Order: sequence, then structure tokens, then C-alpha cells
Amino acid sequence: MLTEYPRLRSVLGQATTIAITLLGLLLLTFIIGRMMPADPVRAIVGEDASRETYEQVFNQLGLDRPVWEQFLRYLGDVFSGDFGTSIRTGQPVINDILHVMPATIELATLAILIGAGLGVPLGVIAAVNKDRWPDHVVRVFSLFGHSMPIFWTGMIALIIFYAKLGWVGGSGRMSQFYIGMVPDRTGFLLIDSLLAGQMDVFWSAINHLILPAALLGYSSSAYITRMTRSFMLDQLGQEYMTTARVKGLSKRQTIWHHAFGNIKVQLVTIVALAYGGLLEGAVLIETVFGWPGFGQYLTNNLIIGDMNAVMTCVLIVGVIFIALNLLSDLLYRVFDPRTK
Amino acid sequence: MDPILDVQNLAIRYAGSPVDAVRGVSFTLGRERLGIVGESGSGKSTVGRALLKLLPGAKISADRIRFEDLDLLAQSEAEMLKIRGRRMSMILQDPKFSLNPIHRVGDQVAETYLRHFPASRAVAKAKTLEMLEAVKIRDPERVHDLYPHKISGGMGQRVMIAMMLLADPDLVIADEPTSALDVTVRLQVLNILDGLVRDRGIGLIMISHDLNLVRNFCDRVLIMYAGRVVETLNAAEMDRAQHPYTRGLLAAQPRIGGGRQPLAVLDRRPEWKEEAVL
Repeated sequence: MLTEYPRLRSVLGQATTIAITLLGLLLLTFIIGRMMPADPVRAIVGEDASRETYEQVFNQLGLDRPVWEQFLRYLGDVFSGDFGTSIRTGQPVINDILHVMPATIELATLAILIGAGLGVPLGVIAAVNKDRWPDHVVRVFSLFGHSMPIFWTGMIALIIFYAKLGWVGGSGRMSQFYIGMVPDRTGFLLIDSLLAGQMDVFWSAINHLILPAALLGYSSSAYITRMTRSFMLDQLGQEYMTTARVKGLSKRQTIWHHAFGNIKVQLVTIVALAYGGLLEGAVLIETVFGWPGFGQYLTNNLIIGDMNAVMTCVLIVGVIFIALNLLSDLLYRVFDPRTK
Repeated sequence: MDPILDVQNLAIRYAGSPVDAVRGVSFTLGRERLGIVGESGSGKSTVGRALLKLLPGAKISADRIRFEDLDLLAQSEAEMLKIRGRRMSMILQDPKFSLNPIHRVGDQVAETYLRHFPASRAVAKAKTLEMLEAVKIRDPERVHDLYPHKISGGMGQRVMIAMMLLADPDLVIADEPTSALDVTVRLQVLNILDGLVRDRGIGLIMISHDLNLVRNFCDRVLIMYAGRVVETLNAAEMDRAQHPYTRGLLAAQPRIGGGRQPLAVLDRRPEWKEEAVL
């Protein structure tokens, strides 16, 4: 019956896939939570608690129930928006995460814009000039970005651009001076400061954001450059490129109008993946720049064994990738005219 | 008859190669159909691409390559951009690869026109539809909007012909135009190409490894071997070939109703690479 509505069928198919993936993801986080050598009861009652107290909390948490029942309960909690309470902060985990996520999203988004804005043109230039000097320069440049440890480049960049030249702000999301001046509405400092009409805070935020974003962007551009180069090399060797030249098109026209059009869909995939990697949080750069983001949050909780927080973080990373996959599917339709 | 093309002593060397891929090739072409036949690697496609100067990195030298009023050797890349597609074009082998998969076929054909004439998109589209009809595509409006993966090989090759003839060139090089096609549509496509070439008085260079096809379709035939032209013949007089290589090629062809004995094995002698052109 559904064969008559191909679009509806594809939407339903996609929804099913997402539902199954999500369920698998929940199962995985549940298993991780149970497998971790951290004892959730001990984390609550402390080392000195009596046997009775221990038993009582053990039963309260439902750990005496069969595993499948525990999983169902976990599912029920997640779908009603209850991700548990953080042992470290005493706050609902989801509140903590909603607090750190915007910082990471701001950083990751600017970083991917820089990464793609740098990586795609460089990759095209390298491919078009294969084995000539621009290719070599681009390859060394991107190899450097790929292989330098980011905590090291982060510190060097701080020394140069913050300490010596004073071009950018130092650690944190804004200068100490401005903290608390802007009401927290969306959590995105750039948006909140604009909403409050506080241009000083906005510029301070930009000043603090630009250096870590540029470093992350440079490091992800390395991957984007290499992939763009190899996608383009594939296309440049295709016979339709000769056809275009025979028609009288210049080399530049054939590169942008004919070859580049054919790699857009592939580019969307790798840029989306790189963006997903950045949204997971870049713990090293967040640490160097004192950036209160998702990567730091996850790492801190992992170290102290705050399992509710860790499980929720894992879940969120999974959801981010599912969402980005969905987004790139949608973008395929935009960039590939054949799907219309 | 004034020749469209006059090539004397053409030599082509690919970048980084110690030997010439093609050497000592001379021929003239009027408003006729000239076949170039040879084995794989004999240099026939290289000659075609050299005429369009589409051999990146290769060194092309000759005593003379005269195309109508132009000395092709002296043309800069900017000048070649005005020649390619407009005065000289080339039909490539396999439409599966030679059409861009993400552009509609009509737009790809129209691009030739828009590249060379100051025209609106509407005019270019009208010209395109006219040309698609000329290559005997039954429903040009519909085919215009299709993407290459939606059309058959035969139709793809007709689109290719339309694209390459749209700007009314004087010389068309057809590089194995039918070898990727089904035997059943081969003749159909050839007849369309033949009709258009005759009607418009276009000079045609037909590159092929198919002796029978060239014999039936062309006026004259160049036989190439190892980068040289070993013999030039009138297509009708193919059986009177003098050169042992050409005779070998002819003898290696099976014939319906011919003897049942094993076919002759092609003989290749190194001295043919050095001999003067007959």
C-alpha cells in the first residue's frame, strides 16, 4: 500500500531506523552503566555506611530487581526526562549538561566553519595542482595541523596571541569583569549578550572564542583538506571533465562547475562527521582554555565515577551523531539535484 | 578542395617519457570522413586529443598543423578556448562516463551554445531542443530534463553528438563513438552522425579499431602502428592494401562463409616503426 507514497515510505523507513538505533544506544549506555567498576550505592552512601543502609539504598535504586526490569525502568526514566541526579553537584544531570552544552556548541560551530572554510578550498587547490608546489605546501600545512598535539599548539598560541601580542582574550568564555552581567537565557553567550544589548560582553566573548575555535578549526581542516583533495582527484580524472574542456570551457570553469558539484554530497558527510567529533567536546582544548564545556564535564565525571552523568553524556553523544546523520541525509537532497 | 586540416610531421611526447608516443604523422582532411585505425596504444586517440591541444603536459611538435586559417601550434590556451566546441569538437567514447552525472542532459548540451554565443538561456534551450530533435530523439522536451543515469547508452551518445555539433563546428573528431554501444544501436547512431556530417559539410575524423566500420563509413583510412601512419588508403580500396601490417589486420578478420582454418596471427615487425610513410 505504501508503495504508492514513496516519500512517506522513506520517512517512515528513516523513523524506524532512528528508533532502532536509539534503542540500541540506550541499551548500550545501560550496559556501560552496569559494567563500570564503580559502585553506585557506595557513591551515594559513602565508605563508612552500615550494611543496613547499604542494603536499603541498594533496594531503593532497584538494583535487587531483574536486569530487564531495571532496563525498562531506565527507559521509562529517560523518556520522562529523568536522567538522574549528579552525585558531584547534587543537581539533575540534564540541568548540568544543558548548562555546559551551549559553550561547546558555540566553540564547535565556529570551529567547523573555520575548518570547512579553510579545508575545502585548500583541498581543491591541492588537487588541481597535484604534485606541484601548491599541493606540497597545502599538504605540509595540513599535516602539521593533523599531527601537532592540540594542547601544545593551544599553549603556544596562548603565549603568542594572548600573552605577547594581546590580540585575543585568555581563558574562559569572557573576561572576569563581565561575568554575571548578561542574563542567562539561551546559554549561548553570543546570543545572550546580543539579546541584552551588551556589545562589550559580545566582543569579549568573541575575543575569547576565536583562538580556541581557530585551533580546533585548523586541526579539523587537516582532515577536511585531505578528503577534499582525494574526492577532487577522483573527479578531475573523469571523462566528463574532458567533455567539458572539448566544449570550450576553461579549466577553472570545469573545476568548479563540473567537478566540485560532484563532491558536494561526499563533503557534507565528512564535514558532518567532523562537526560531530567537535560537539563531543574537545577536552584538551577546553582544559587549556578553561572552557566550561561538554568535554571537560564528561571527563571530570568519568574520573570521579559519577555514572548518571557519564551515561547521559554517552547518550547525548549518540543522539548528536544520529541527528547529524539525519541532517546530512537531508542535505544530500539539497546538494544532489538527482534526488529532486 | 581546400583542406580543413593539414598536418605535417606531427610528433607527440608525453611528459616524463623518453620516446615519442606519436611521430611523423602527416595527413590532410577536406570535407570528408577520414578514419584512423590501429591497435590499442598505436597513438590514434593521442592524435585526436593533440589536435584539440587537450594533452596536459605533453609536448606537441610538427612542421605544420594548419586548421582552416589558423596555425594551431601557435594558438594560445585562451585562443583554443574559442576554437574548442565552436570550430572543432570531439565525440567521446562512452556516454556513461563522458556526461556529467549531476547535470541535466539538456543543460549540458546548452552549455556548448552558451559558451560560444551571447544568448539567453531560453534561446540556448530552443537551440538545444532543435538539436536533440536533429539527432532523432523523439521527445526532446522530456529528455532535456533527464539526468544521464536515466538515459540509455544509445540515447546518451546521441546527446553527445548533439552537444558537439550544436555550435556548428567545421571539424569533428569521433573517438571510438560506438564501441561502448550495443551492436543493435551502433548503426543507428552512426547513421545519425553520418547524416549530420554530410548535411553540414563537416570534416570528420573517425578514430576506431573496427576495420569494417571504418571501411563502410569513411572515405579514406589511415592505418597507424606504434605511433606512425603505416599506410593511407581509400576506404573502397582496402583490399588492395600494400603494407604487410594492414594486410595482416585484414587477414586476421573472420568472415562469414570463409574457411574454417585458424585465422592468421598478426605479425608485428620492429622495422615498421622506422619505415617511411607509404
